[in-house]
Amino acid sequence: MGPEFVQLSLTPLLIAIFAAVACALPGNFLILRRQALVGDAISHVVLPGIVVAFILTGTVSTGPIFLGAAAAAIAAAILIEIVKRAGNVEPGAAMGVVFSSLFAAGVLLLEQSDTSGVHLDVEHALYGNLESLIWLAADGWHSLLDPEALADLPPELFRMMGVALAIAILTAIFWRPLKISTFDEGFARTVGIPAAIVSFALVIVSAMAAVAAFDAVGSIIVIAMLICPPAAARLMTNRLEIQILWSILFAVVSAVVGYVLGGYGPLWLGSEYSVSAAGMIATISGLILALTCFVGPYRKRIGEPMAS
Amino acid sequence: MEQRALEHGYGVEERLQSGECALEVSGLTVTYGEKPALVGVAAQIPSGSMTAIIGPNGAGKSTLLKAALGVVPKSSGTVRVFGEALSRQMHRLAYVPQRASVDWDFPTRVIDVVLMGMYRELGLLRPVRRWHREKALACLQRVDMADFASRQIGQLSGGQQQRVFLARALAQSADLYLLDEPFAGVDAATERAIIDVLKSLQAERRTVVCVHHDLTTVPDYFDRVLFINVRKVAEGSIATTFTAENLQKTYGGRLATTHIDQLRTAV
Repeated sequence: MGPEFVQLSLTPLLIAIFAAVACALPGNFLILRRQALVGDAISHVVLPGIVVAFILTGTVSTGPIFLGAAAAAIAAAILIEIVKRAGNVEPGAAMGVVFSSLFAAGVLLLEQSDTSGVHLDVEHALYGNLESLIWLAADGWHSLLDPEALADLPPELFRMMGVALAIAILTAIFWRPLKISTFDEGFARTVGIPAAIVSFALVIVSAMAAVAAFDAVGSIIVIAMLICPPAAARLMTNRLEIQILWSILFAVVSAVVGYVLGGYGPLWLGSEYSVSAAGMIATISGLILALTCFVGPYRKRIGEPMAS
Repeated sequence: MEQRALEHGYGVEERLQSGECALEVSGLTVTYGEKPALVGVAAQIPSGSMTAIIGPNGAGKSTLLKAALGVVPKSSGTVRVFGEALSRQMHRLAYVPQRASVDWDFPTRVIDVVLMGMYRELGLLRPVRRWHREKALACLQRVDMADFASRQIGQLSGGQQQRVFLARALAQSADLYLLDEPFAGVDAATERAIIDVLKSLQAERRTVVCVHHDLTTVPDYFDRVLFINVRKVAEGSIATTFTAENLQKTYGGRLATTHIDQLRTAV
């Protein structure tokens, strides 16, 4: 792992790892709350956000696009909660209504405006541009100590690292309210946990992870990372604390193995091209889930009932 | 338990003599969408009593508990707990939801569920100490489930799940226990264990309110009864209120007269 690795692979790899962990953490609670599709909803909803940001600013630069996507994700999260609580419908239905109509609105907006530039970015939103987030100024491991070279690190790295760290800290601080209200919302309220706020905050945090990640790695990874590592982790243990650790491990393994296989796998097979790292990372996470479905120690939904 | 009796016994004795209400609702109306679940219900649960809430399916029994606790929003009405606003006395309440209202496949152990009852003590970040675990174990002991402490909750039978829920409520060290159908779908041994614990709570001068289905056991288990069917039908002691007339009024034609006669003889 010489200078080329530092220059071309280190930052995309780190970004992929942070993105995977940032998504996997809230994903644990989403799957237990039967809200796994929130991630899917959020990544669809990003589309109208991008289009509106483009129409308002006329550019496809990262800043406005990021803000537009974030605003759309938060608006969708709020709409989902409103439809769920006001309409008294189940979460899945509320999400279905909100994300398909907002996605449709995005498509309509796209068709009605001159978006030859945005079209490229819709693709970008799906697949990301992980491979382009390279560290040009680096010429070896010693660059990690060189302030000038460090200043040239892609800003996506710091954004993703900050979001992953913030989510990890929030999860640790609000662990008990999250766990109790995920298990038993009615009881949670009676011991002073504002269950509605916790539920809403969880969706907002998932949106934060999704938007920060989509910009760098695309929404395919977001959907996969919100669901696959936590779902696989659930099959490895019967304790939430340990499930979280497994999900982080699976997220990191998916990111590393997926990135390496995407970049070098085809070369090893004799091809001259590489494949999308984001797509390969999502594939690996899916394979891990499939594997745990077969060999995970707690793959039965419920253990054998005890004779009483 | 000795210590708690010393701490609380005196005050409760006084409250009983002054006829204080553990729970008092008035004009309580709850609607789900267009459909009224409860209309203008008023009830007074005396401190230290053991009350059954009785009524047909869809009469709003569970809703009454949930609205009194603020778990579902009420359209109108007031709730007072030990003479004060609910928010000021919330810490003295313990709620046992219906067993079927949660997903028992949740990845956690029995002891962790009981520790959830100590959330008010533990807060966000205070570490779980040995005495917390010992208290949780003692609560499990009281419902005969101490051997199951490190089991995953998905491995429990229905009756065992119900006992774990009761242990979690015991861990709250509350003065008013509100239970939603604690005897639904449990085996005979569990029913016996639960009623023993509830009676011991009453012996400690705590107040117990249960949504209850089995009319035949009402006179054995409870000393007061609250009949509701969307509106309140009657409330009072078993001797004066658990009558054929009130049963007929609450259940309408659905309860055969002969059945009511059997219940009366049980009293």
